[in-house]
Amino acid sequence: MKLLSHRVLLAFFWLTGFLTLASVGSLLIFLFVKGVPSLSLQLIFGGADPFRALLLRERVFDGLFPAIVGTTAVVVLSVSWAIPVGIAAGIYLAEFSGQNLKKIFNFSFDILAATPSIVIGLFGLTVAIFLHQHFSDRIYPCLLTSSVALAVLVLPYIVRTTQLSIDAVPHSMRAAGLSLGASKLQNLYHVLLPSSLSGILSGVILALGRAAEDTAVIMLTGVVATAGIPGSLLAKYEALPFYIYYISSQYTDQKELMTGFGAALILLTICASLFVAAHLLKNLLVHRLRKK
Amino acid sequence: MIAKHNKERAAKGALSLALLIAGSISAFIFFFLLYFSLPILSSGLIGEFLTRGWDPDRGVLGILPMIVGTVYIAGLAVIWVTPIGIGLAAFIQLFAPKPLGRILRWTVEFMTGIPTVVYGFAALFFLVPAMRRIFNYGTGLSVLTASVMLALLVLPTVTLIAQDGLATVPSNQVLAAFSLGASRMETFLHVVLPGAWRGLISAVVLGVGRAVGDTLIALMLAGNAVALPDSLLDSARTLTAHIALVSAADYESLSFKAIFVCGLVLFIFAGSNIVFLRLVEKLKK
Repeated sequence: MKLLSHRVLLAFFWLTGFLTLASVGSLLIFLFVKGVPSLSLQLIFGGADPFRALLLRERVFDGLFPAIVGTTAVVVLSVSWAIPVGIAAGIYLAEFSGQNLKKIFNFSFDILAATPSIVIGLFGLTVAIFLHQHFSDRIYPCLLTSSVALAVLVLPYIVRTTQLSIDAVPHSMRAAGLSLGASKLQNLYHVLLPSSLSGILSGVILALGRAAEDTAVIMLTGVVATAGIPGSLLAKYEALPFYIYYISSQYTDQKELMTGFGAALILLTICASLFVAAHLLKNLLVHRLRKK
Repeated sequence: MIAKHNKERAAKGALSLALLIAGSISAFIFFFLLYFSLPILSSGLIGEFLTRGWDPDRGVLGILPMIVGTVYIAGLAVIWVTPIGIGLAAFIQLFAPKPLGRILRWTVEFMTGIPTVVYGFAALFFLVPAMRRIFNYGTGLSVLTASVMLALLVLPTVTLIAQDGLATVPSNQVLAAFSLGASRMETFLHVVLPGAWRGLISAVVLGVGRAVGDTLIALMLAGNAVALPDSLLDSARTLTAHIALVSAADYESLSFKAIFVCGLVLFIFAGSNIVFLRLVEKLKK
């Protein structure tokens, strides 16, 4: 005997599944149908010769190359700031801190993770203005300020995954090293870190993806629509997500719009690959821990 | 032995320094927002500031339209996403055939990897024209359009956390209900749901935070008008979009200082969400 209300509810559950697949599916198909025809070497390098452009001998004016280089630069820089600080903080929280300290800091990282990215962008902008007024006229919102602000954005992810991966190392392994006379630091270096490495790495890759897709932080801290390849840390730069946003509001003809679709497809591919890589690594960790 | 001891202490010192730096950033952001909001907070006009419209040319600086825009767009997105997200979590956890459940779980996880700006871009050329045609009103850039896309953006957050919440209900309770002859739906309604309410609350609260904090969807799809929206088909501007749209030509101007108050409002909201979640967690014990 099934109640009617139960049947309706079950139908609703099926509907949510269908809705999800349909909306994500139609979104992806729409992007592919519109984006794939625009994919070409010309999309990336414009009128320039690809090899000369790659060697930075020739400037690309009407292609995505500067935006791809800019995104790569700002993402790699931001993660390089965030990795040492984030992993070190995660290690300390997992291995050395008392319960109270852990509670306070985890609360602080939860708040940072919940802080809207535009607020972090505003923070970066203000720091840039402050430095400009008090230290050097040469400092404007630039590649450096963007990368630091993005580092703040991804820091909580790296701290969290580091802490969780080390916590997940089985007690038996932890105790084995210590009982053989290893110091806490030796145990960390020779036992805990190697066995939690893939978990930490998956956190880092997720952070890369998060930094690559973010638009709100960089639009306040130094990205512009046309800048070419950034020549220094203090230069303005271009980035794929900002380019997509910019084209969506400023496109003047069909060709520019198609470049926008191409850029959206490229960014989607980059972020999706990073996402899949992070998950494969995470699963690897889970499997290895299960075996032990 | 002493050398080893020193090395140990140096390493620990470096790690704790990193923790101190990383851990103080959120407090630092709070105080900096507060500091830059002070000119407005201390002018005694904060009441007016929060309850008036935005018209810098006439010297009227109020963020009420942005607060209302945020409440409308994020609130509506949460109204869409709460039943769908929790329903989907229940479907994956209990009702879907195994392979379908796995595909759905994977899809939802994959959605977290789709860039927000890509959602916005696709919606601009897919959903917006459709909305314009369906309602035959305005440009299609509206509270409704933005809220639908925002719901899709927030769906993975709600679904994944809700499913984790449903999964915390001990399997022996679930099996006991089955063995007493309860159907799947009865077990879900009377055993799993009551046992998982904290997880479901976390899912919705984090979903609210994500919806309020997002910038790009509203910026690209809501039209950014500074007037109070009359209907769901009107254009509106969120607090986040307002910060993004600031033309920082004059860093000393009052309209630039006003965006720090927007930032402060957003930060305090995000912080109180986290505090609320901590309180819910405490109830568990």
